[in-house]
Amino acid sequence: MSVPELPVPEAAPRGGRRPSRRLPWRDRVVVLVMVALPAVFVIALVWVPAVLSVILSFGAWNGIGDVSTIQWIGTQNYRDIVEIYPPFWPAIRHNLIWLAFLFLGPTLLGMFLAVVLDRNMRFSRFYQTAFYLPVVLSLALTGFIWQLMYSRDQGLINQVFGTDTDWYGDPSVNLWAALVATAWRHTGYIMLIYLAGLKGVDSSLREAAAVDGASEAKTFFQVIFPVMRPINMIVVVIVVIESIRAFDLVWVINRGTNGLELIGALVAQNVVGEASRYGFGSALAVIMMVISSVFITLYLRVVFRQERER
Amino acid sequence: MNKNRGAIATVCMGVLALIWLFPLLWAVLNSFRDYAYTQAHGYASFGGWTLQNYVDVWQNAELGKYFVNSVIITVPAVVLTLFLSSLAAFVLARFSYRFNLALLGIFLAANLLPPQALLVPVFRMYREVPLPMAMSDTGHLLGSYWGLIGINVAFQIGFCTFVLSNYMKTLPIEIYESAEVDGASVWRQYWQLTMPLVRPALAALATLQTTWIYNEFFWATVLLGGQGDKFPITSALNNLRGQFFTDYNLLSAGSVLIALPVLLVFFVLQKHFVAGLTLGSTKG
Repeated sequence: MSVPELPVPEAAPRGGRRPSRRLPWRDRVVVLVMVALPAVFVIALVWVPAVLSVILSFGAWNGIGDVSTIQWIGTQNYRDIVEIYPPFWPAIRHNLIWLAFLFLGPTLLGMFLAVVLDRNMRFSRFYQTAFYLPVVLSLALTGFIWQLMYSRDQGLINQVFGTDTDWYGDPSVNLWAALVATAWRHTGYIMLIYLAGLKGVDSSLREAAAVDGASEAKTFFQVIFPVMRPINMIVVVIVVIESIRAFDLVWVINRGTNGLELIGALVAQNVVGEASRYGFGSALAVIMMVISSVFITLYLRVVFRQERER
Repeated sequence: MNKNRGAIATVCMGVLALIWLFPLLWAVLNSFRDYAYTQAHGYASFGGWTLQNYVDVWQNAELGKYFVNSVIITVPAVVLTLFLSSLAAFVLARFSYRFNLALLGIFLAANLLPPQALLVPVFRMYREVPLPMAMSDTGHLLGSYWGLIGINVAFQIGFCTFVLSNYMKTLPIEIYESAEVDGASVWRQYWQLTMPLVRPALAALATLQTTWIYNEFFWATVLLGGQGDKFPITSALNNLRGQFFTDYNLLSAGSVLIALPVLLVFFVLQKHFVAGLTLGSTKG
């Protein structure tokens, strides 16, 4: 097994493109259809709902009647969320902890592992495999596998340490238990991304640094890290987006309640099941959307800069 | 000195790697143990080997049915995603229209939006769209495979289009010039010239997307909500817990069975999986 064998597209001679000459009409129709088909999917199932979420967030609706039964109540939903909805602030806090933890824990660890394993050490491939094996498992499954560690009566941790903690249930620890399970899966993912990036570091740069007598740490911070800059940007965006989206794990543990409130789970709680408060759920969704859009914009800027440089 | 440090690093990595493998190995180990035995001796014991957990899980929880559901959802979703993205990617890579960047932006941003943010409208819209009973026994898109496949496709098109168009841009322009001289239509340039050349990227993306959609939990859980029988295996596990997975050895066996397809993919198609992941991120 080895990290990418595929020729990763480089800023090499740009193939394919040329100033669009006028195509025969048949070809023009074909091009139009080729773009329109996927665009219809994306627009109808992602962008139209996104806009509708915004609109619905200004109304009160139980979703049973048709659209005319919506009561338009202005920004009442948002005010209720901020002022009287008990799980909202805990959820925001948990999402922020989630984000900080992912950065300081698995992301840094993944980067560190990549830097170490990049240097052809013995058994490097075996180690890489071990670290990214969890990446292929779903987060829901990750939750179950860790339950075998965490369960109060049958879990390994309590048996080994003689403790009596319900790691998934006790609201003072369950967030951290969930975070450890997430980290188990997240580290390998980050490692993979950096490993691929490090392949792009010119080895002569490294040698030159070694000849100059630079220490390992210095080489890393002054030679390798700058080269990884665009990857850092992507990783930041991935981590932020993952932290906002986080859902699966807490949903399988206890549907995002009792210490595991996350904004994504709150949206689902308000829509699925008995509650069906569509306007309120939409307002929560819009808050998620606004936060993520900042980072999506950041991401697109990086991508477009690269596109233009080609 | 340096050699010593190398040895220490190897040992540290080894320990860390074993820690990483442990949770999965623990699940595998206990899936083969008798519940009565582990109850009597505790899990930190050795013995009580049996295959009965697997037999029980397979028969009582009807895992086979849920595996079939996963296939029904995953295969069309992956094929459709790759087909639609390759269409858009070809246009993006081959022509420079003014709308190219905007299109890429719309696709990519859609890929990054939190799915929960779209839940309410998608949920409600799906309930409004009628389908003939032959296509959906609920009578509309909600609770049908069609709806679930559609939303999975819509979310993944952005990523695949981006990766594929970057890949297509590396193809030499000369092949298109000579194709044009031969009078090949746009469709032929796409289908007969480009598609065979991007097979490695398609293989990588197919591997990745199969894993992702097989693992997808959120949409399957909410859109098939009332239809427990239709759940793909990843969501079904959550429902089966408590009902059939009465003890942790059974739960282990269930988890191992559910992980099996992706682990198989991992070991057999590892190269493609990794390539797919890194194709998108490093050039992202």
